[in-house]
Amino acid sequence: MNKIIIIIQREYLSRVKNKRFLLTTILTPLLMVLFFVGATYFAIQGKDQHKIAVIDYNGYFKGNLTNTEHIVFEFPQGIDTTNYISKGYTDILIIPKFNGSQKINYIIRSEKRIGLSTEETISNKINSAIEDNMLQNAGIERAQLDSIRKESQFAQLTSMEEQGNSAKESNAALSYGIGFGSGMLIYITMFIYGAMVMRGVMEEKTNRIAEVMISSVKPFQLMMGKIVGIGAVGLTQFLLWIVLIMGLTTAAQFIIPHDVLMQVNTLQQYNGQIPAGGMIQASEAASKIYSVQHTMSTANWPVIIGFFIFYFIGGYLFYAALFAAVGSVVNEDPQDAQSLMLPITMPIIFSFIIMSNAVQDPNTSIATWASIIPFSSPMVMMARIAYGIPGTVTYTQLAASMFSLVGGFLLTTWLSGKIYRTGILMYGKKVTWKEMGKWIFRKK
Amino acid sequence: MNEILKIDQLKKYYATQKAVDDISFSIQRGSIFGLLGPNGAGKTTLLRMITGIFYPDSGSIQFDGKIFNPAEDIIKIGYMPEERGLYKKMKIGEQALYLAQLKGLSKSEAMGKIKFWFKRLEMETWWNKKVEDLSKGMSQKLQFVTTVLHEPKLIILDEPFSGLDPLNANLIKEEIYRLSKNGSTIIFSTHRMEQVEEICDQIVLVNLGKKVLDGTIGEIKQQYKENKFSIKLQEFPQEINSNVFNVTQLLDKEIVVKINEGFKSNDVLNYFIQQNYSIESFNEILPSLNEIFIQLVEGTAATTRAFEKNIITN
Repeated sequence: MNKIIIIIQREYLSRVKNKRFLLTTILTPLLMVLFFVGATYFAIQGKDQHKIAVIDYNGYFKGNLTNTEHIVFEFPQGIDTTNYISKGYTDILIIPKFNGSQKINYIIRSEKRIGLSTEETISNKINSAIEDNMLQNAGIERAQLDSIRKESQFAQLTSMEEQGNSAKESNAALSYGIGFGSGMLIYITMFIYGAMVMRGVMEEKTNRIAEVMISSVKPFQLMMGKIVGIGAVGLTQFLLWIVLIMGLTTAAQFIIPHDVLMQVNTLQQYNGQIPAGGMIQASEAASKIYSVQHTMSTANWPVIIGFFIFYFIGGYLFYAALFAAVGSVVNEDPQDAQSLMLPITMPIIFSFIIMSNAVQDPNTSIATWASIIPFSSPMVMMARIAYGIPGTVTYTQLAASMFSLVGGFLLTTWLSGKIYRTGILMYGKKVTWKEMGKWIFRKK
Repeated sequence: MNEILKIDQLKKYYATQKAVDDISFSIQRGSIFGLLGPNGAGKTTLLRMITGIFYPDSGSIQFDGKIFNPAEDIIKIGYMPEERGLYKKMKIGEQALYLAQLKGLSKSEAMGKIKFWFKRLEMETWWNKKVEDLSKGMSQKLQFVTTVLHEPKLIILDEPFSGLDPLNANLIKEEIYRLSKNGSTIIFSTHRMEQVEEICDQIVLVNLGKKVLDGTIGEIKQQYKENKFSIKLQEFPQEINSNVFNVTQLLDKEIVVKINEGFKSNDVLNYFIQQNYSIESFNEILPSLNEIFIQLVEGTAATTRAFEKNIITN
């Protein structure tokens, strides 16, 4: 059997057989769900309650300013900036007499600093109160206004994207979710598995097994065996996650009551409309399930998963080789590892930043370029692919990105192989960048 | 064709030093060969070239009658480097199996041989233990087994006894003899001279990247003898005065003499016979390898070079 296959096997099995692998595979998605649930919970619960005393010199805000869950407007008498706290208010809002449509400042003073979103909410409320007042002045009754407000919410936007001769329904929120999710996943795994490669190489070096191994196999075989073996561990983990998610979704279907499922099926048949005079009416639950299913179906999953695997493998190979090179030059001192890792972690973090902008605006020139350059392409291209091919990402860009990633990881692997070969047998001295440069350009 | 390894004008220069500078020697098949030298003499670099880890800058290595081809010949060599270790988290049995497979053995072949060796060195109960649970001596034994498991023609052991207690050292020594009898050639690298004297047939001493000594232990001792003899007499000698020799040591009835240029050992005996002393014994004193080693290495830049290397690289 080929030696590199034996090495891959060991690297793979020694990690997958480990109890910790099973534990992290199951716990990671759970932790992520917990994290999101927790974050959402705190975002809702964590908001401060504001009881705002309003001093209004115009006289029409009372009745037009609507309260929210966290912000309550009151119009007490005999209040000023000196006593609002003692009277139980958190903030005081002073609106001066408006003079036509001339720009004018109003002031809010607070016990504690108010947050950005609260500030925005208050300012919106004031503006719509002014708008309402103007409409009322123009002769529209309050009741009329309310009913217009309520009834006008019937139009719904469906965005379509050109695809050859036909157009396909697209969903920006979903694209955002997919783009950010897969970019994030690649970001995390790049760090986790890259660091795993580095630790593995460091282990071989500090345990002094490197030379024993190198007397049986070529350094390059040892390095590649480790990189491929650990990459396979990563793919296995993804596979298990997909199985886990599919299992959970199937299990969830058994929890949903039968009649709701039937309604969802009918909704699917008639494109989301229950036919008039039909036997059943769609319940709220059924409509929600249908709309989630429908939104999910607008994404081209096989394409996204396919490219995700490509960019995960490509990005992993690109960076894992560099991590291996760092591992091979580090001595026992973990501080060396920190400083040597910096040039690798910086582009990864930088790509993450570009990626989080690209999911909002996938067509900026920085996003386009970053999705082609192999340092950042795995994350940024995934963010853009979620918005569709060839609508957002042209075929030319895609080909350029894929080719340069393949070329890129061949280059980093070659470079790292050179450094690794010398570094792995070097003990007890700190390696400088200059020396590493020499190793790269040495012929043998 | 009686040479397993023939090295010709081998050179390997680093930026700051000539690690191996024009070294040639050959090793007889089935012999135990000692490669000696002080720290930093170039032994490890030399061994790494012989094991195919490094390419020489120039010169040639012939292995088993052909030009050395690392890719093919590597499985005929077993190398236990001085810097050696094992995967700490791996089980002993799996580790041995892994290393054997990397030396080209099939799984079943490897299993058979591992069982044989584990039984032989009383390691059978270790199979499921992890390396981190082994003592240093135990892991050394395991290391030795993994080095010789694939029955290599050439076995290279760099400081094989370091960290072993006398009992286990003897055990390994016996195995080295046995392997040598069965036709394996052994290169034994060390700076412990007493072990070399005991085990090796032929030695090469390197210093500062150059070969300074080459030959069998007997030859070398003859070459470096100082014409010293020890004479034991029945009675305490009175006054000794001869132009044949000088007395270098006088220990009660035993005298150590150094023969002067142009005289032979018989002339010494003649002197004592003429003086009517009764001679109990008369022996030539050969220098120990250790003495030769120190004589050759001392005063050269060997120690300073090792020291300098650290300064340059730091």
